Amino acid sequence: MKPATEPDSPARSKVQMILRVNGESHDVAFVPHKTLLEVLREDMRLTGTKHGCELGECGTCTILVDGVPRLSCLMLGLESDGHDIRTIEGMAGACGAHPLQTAFAELGAAQCGYCTPGFLLAAEAVLARDPTPSRATLVEELGGNLCRCTGYLKIYEAIELAAARMQKGTPDA
Amino acid sequence: MMRLPPFRYHAPRTAAEVATLLAGEGPEAMIVAGGTDLYPNMKRRHQMPKTLISLRHVDELRGVQMNGAVRLGANETLRALEWHGALKERLPALWTAVQSISTPLLRNMGTIGGNICLDTRCNYYNQNWEWRRAIDFCMKCEGTVCWTAPSSSICWAVNSSDSVPVFIALGATFTLVSHEGERTIPALAMFGEDGIEYLTKRKDEVLTHIDIPDQGTARSVYRKVRRRGAFDFPVAAVAARVALDGDRVADSTLVLNAVGPKPVVCEEAMAYLAGKPLSDEVVTEAARLAGRGAKPLDNTDHLSMWRKKVVQVETRRALEALRP
Repeated sequence: MKPATEPDSPARSKVQMILRVNGESHDVAFVPHKTLLEVLREDMRLTGTKHGCELGECGTCTILVDGVPRLSCLMLGLESDGHDIRTIEGMAGACGAHPLQTAFAELGAAQCGYCTPGFLLAAEAVLARDPTPSRATLVEELGGNLCRCTGYLKIYEAIELAAARMQKGTPDA
Repeated sequence: MMRLPPFRYHAPRTAAEVATLLAGEGPEAMIVAGGTDLYPNMKRRHQMPKTLISLRHVDELRGVQMNGAVRLGANETLRALEWHGALKERLPALWTAVQSISTPLLRNMGTIGGNICLDTRCNYYNQNWEWRRAIDFCMKCEGTVCWTAPSSSICWAVNSSDSVPVFIALGATFTLVSHEGERTIPALAMFGEDGIEYLTKRKDEVLTHIDIPDQGTARSVYRKVRRRGAFDFPVAAVAARVALDGDRVADSTLVLNAVGPKPVVCEEAMAYLAGKPLSDEVVTEAARLAGRGAKPLDNTDHLSMWRKKVVQVETRRALEALRP
């Protein structure tokens, strides 16, 4: 297949959709070939979701779709129709930061911070499935998120601290 | 920043509707399932379909059915197969292959049909448009020369699917549906001879399901070589299936992938193995014969000479793992 030119009659007019993001319904209009990452950042001003490699090779654009971590750079805004989208902006609750966020801050698991939103959401999904994950599980399940600062150890330790606190139900949790 | 080019978008609900849309839209329509292969390619302007036909609502193409044989819906996510306990127990080689694909994030999205139809890959092709323009493109997309082998008349982009060699080794069949009806082909027959025409699936056909016959007493393994423990496609891969009669090989299939544009069935090595025990000597010789079929060129990660050697090592290890 060797297509060389832009399609001549594509759908360039905007579509209007209700997107369910962080528990709220938003009426959003965007062109149909926008990725969900672009819709979140450009049309909804939710810039917590980071724009990295654009090709599925870094994980920083990770969001939760019905609780499952996915790459927002590789799904269309259109394809989020009818799904419950969660971004980093929806992670802290009414009582403050999520235990994972607290532990990341305490243990220096966020340095430059660019990978952090993706790691936090991916970690939340891991803990939802396995509240006491082994280190090997963390390494495997977070294998799709790259970090160039921490060397990963602090991230794993922070998730393990948060998991322990959430198990105990301590005030920090 | 790389954005997707514009396209029309359909999300039908049945395979029959997909086939009707494909027939109506013509060859400039493409199917998208997980989007993890196609969307990056569209961003880099490898493919610019005028119409996308999404499988996201085609639930009839999901699911795993198991009796003696196993049927996989082509639209099932890699993650669902990975987490299917019975499938892991029954077909561990397939599980190993699926679980090794890219990353958990990508496996939450990508489908098994998508991995079968994965576009072939090459260092001179998997680059953005500006990079490729700087080398005057290549014969796989917009250009005329194969930069991997400039005197070659064919494209040497690499079949980099993890699941494909396993499906071939297990004797699987693929079912393709078009508006004209349905056909079922052996897994190997799905793949063409060069990196451009790498699929024999017609543009008006949709892969609907994969059937894997009852394996009886045969056992299989999959071994993959890559630089990192995640993300990377294979740069050499071996799927081996062996049925033993006592301690001797009654029947075997050895399949290599990621060492050329098409998966390689190692007929010579398979003929050699017949009736022999999997001794050190036999396994080493079979691996040497299998390695002859590998023609890796320098268009992936790692040196081609090393990949050619490591194919033999991995074949030997695969056969050793299948000893009684």
